[in-house]
Amino acid sequence: MSAPQTAIDKLWSSHEIAHREDGAALLFVDRHYVHEGSFLAFDQVRKRRRTVAEPALTFGIADHYVPTRGRERPIADRSIAAMVDKLETNTAEHAISLFGLGDARQGIVHVVGPEQGLTLPGLLIVCGDSHTSTHGAFGAYAFGIGASEVAHVLMTQTLWQKKPRRMRATVNGKAAPGIAAKDIALSLIARIGADGARGHAVEFAGSAITALSMEGRMTLCNMTIEAGGRCGLVAPDAVTFAYLKGRPFAPQGAAFDRAVEAWSELGSDPDAVFDREVALDAAAIAPAVTWGTTPEDALPIDASVPDPAREADPARAKYLRDALDYMGIAPGKKLTSIAIDRIFIGSCTNARIEDLRAAAAVIAGHKSKVPGLVSPGSSMVKRQAEEEGLDRIFRDAGLEWAESGCSMCVGINGDIVPPGERCASTTNRNFRGRQGPGARTHLMSPAMVAAAAVTGHLTDVRQLLGDRKVEG
Amino acid sequence: MDKFVRLVAKACPLLLANVDTDQILPARFLKLPRSAELGRVLFQDLRRDGDGNERADFPLNQPQWRDAKVLIAGRNFGGGSSREAAVYALYEAGIRCVIAPSFGDIFAQNSVKNGLLTAVLAEADVAELAAAIAADPDMPVTVDLEQQTIARGNRSFAFSIDPVSRNQLLNGWDDVDLTDSYATRIAAFKAADRGRRPWARPARS
Repeated sequence: MSAPQTAIDKLWSSHEIAHREDGAALLFVDRHYVHEGSFLAFDQVRKRRRTVAEPALTFGIADHYVPTRGRERPIADRSIAAMVDKLETNTAEHAISLFGLGDARQGIVHVVGPEQGLTLPGLLIVCGDSHTSTHGAFGAYAFGIGASEVAHVLMTQTLWQKKPRRMRATVNGKAAPGIAAKDIALSLIARIGADGARGHAVEFAGSAITALSMEGRMTLCNMTIEAGGRCGLVAPDAVTFAYLKGRPFAPQGAAFDRAVEAWSELGSDPDAVFDREVALDAAAIAPAVTWGTTPEDALPIDASVPDPAREADPARAKYLRDALDYMGIAPGKKLTSIAIDRIFIGSCTNARIEDLRAAAAVIAGHKSKVPGLVSPGSSMVKRQAEEEGLDRIFRDAGLEWAESGCSMCVGINGDIVPPGERCASTTNRNFRGRQGPGARTHLMSPAMVAAAAVTGHLTDVRQLLGDRKVEG
Repeated sequence: MDKFVRLVAKACPLLLANVDTDQILPARFLKLPRSAELGRVLFQDLRRDGDGNERADFPLNQPQWRDAKVLIAGRNFGGGSSREAAVYALYEAGIRCVIAPSFGDIFAQNSVKNGLLTAVLAEADVAELAAAIAADPDMPVTVDLEQQTIARGNRSFAFSIDPVSRNQLLNGWDDVDLTDSYATRIAAFKAADRGRRPWARPARS
């Protein structure tokens, strides 16, 4: 009998073509997603006069630079238009399918891949975007890569990698009402640090994880990179299979049933050993928000921001002073007394239908105290939200209902938070200048962003919930 | 790609933790092709104020470190976004080696692909080295990848790097050429895999 294996081991070995003495393995890539930013890699392919090895396993998606206010061509900003044009030219030249600007299926790559059934359990998935870890929610081995690696995959459909160590993050227990996958993710990152999972692939396990919907699992795996882990995953189960059944690019009919049989074997064996284990108690998790300039600066909403004067370590005290200064927050201030200037609901982290429902449930019947933008994760999510009347709830609250794209999460399509303004955001990074030069970002769940919109300051959503039901 | 074997150069301390790739190269510059321009906007928002004027207190703006080829950084340097242009920006600005207690995984991988050495040095050693350099900025450091040492004066520190990255940097391997030499094994894998995982290809295209 062979030794018990983790899901990470099983996924790794099923893709290993060869390995070298120094520990590098050549892995086969099942899905490769490219976006506007992949132009640097296509330039490398061109420079070497090569072709794309497997165009049928490569999919282009326009998301990073697409405008969210109107879809008329040409795009007014010529430098942005050029980025969208380059993706169209590059995918056409190499016969790669494209979910482009005018496509009803367009959206953020990490929303569209799963939605279309391109992302499946047991696959190795890469994309030139660090949030590719999202696809691990399906029991895929998915990670972000840089332009040289994108070029290598385009030319060979393979990638040289060193096997990461294996970490298991176990979350058992029942989360309280109003607690979302985002709260689990931020609590975990606060606990282990923004580099706590560095060098590791992470399997999320435990009753609070299996209780999550696919949307929640995607949020959690998405944020693995914010803990420093390139790859995060959840073993596939009935929830996964129910999500995938009937998706356009997923196996159909009897082939789907046979696939489910194979996918059911992908989970970690009962006695499998991990290099590192961390555990959280779901019942102890409170709604989390960030106060500083890295996702590890997350605290429960009823806490106060740190006071550098009470910090013994001088380097840490300096970090706290700099972060509070950038964020414009007085030391020791209560989180709930921090007023916001705007909100953003969007991004590959939290803009799926369940996220929009969770935010709408909190904001319904209220006016937002601040301006804000809601950009659905995909054009399909947008249409579904409109069928459910969610767009009206956001519009009636005074928020802007926009098209789908990366939008204000990375701010390169023109959607930015003005300098010095404070934004309650469902996104993944509160880095300095991430949402625009000088922008101040507070990360939180969609329901928490909606609560902040209702009151105009950071707010414990549980106090607004009453008997309203919120998921996500 | 360029090999990295040994480097004697000035080192600039930049002892901030969590300098993410958005700080190294803000997203608004990602439309630029690979060019010298990227080197000029390296650390743009840390290095310059809102009007584009240099901040005097930023180490790389100080005369003694303008020509530094080595950066000494805090933990988790290069975390965040996978943008390889962050590495291009460092390289175009003349940086060939970054020394830190830890690096973002994707950044470290991107660095190797471009001949930039990411040397992992214990936190206490980083602090000691940075303090010595601050006291005498003109004395260069010697980074030796074969020996895995960083020497300055008569003090030497051992750094770590994973063997795969070390091999690639020392040999200047081109990944694509290397992979091409595995063509037969790739073809055999694909043929066997179709039977093993019939569900793995998209149901339509």
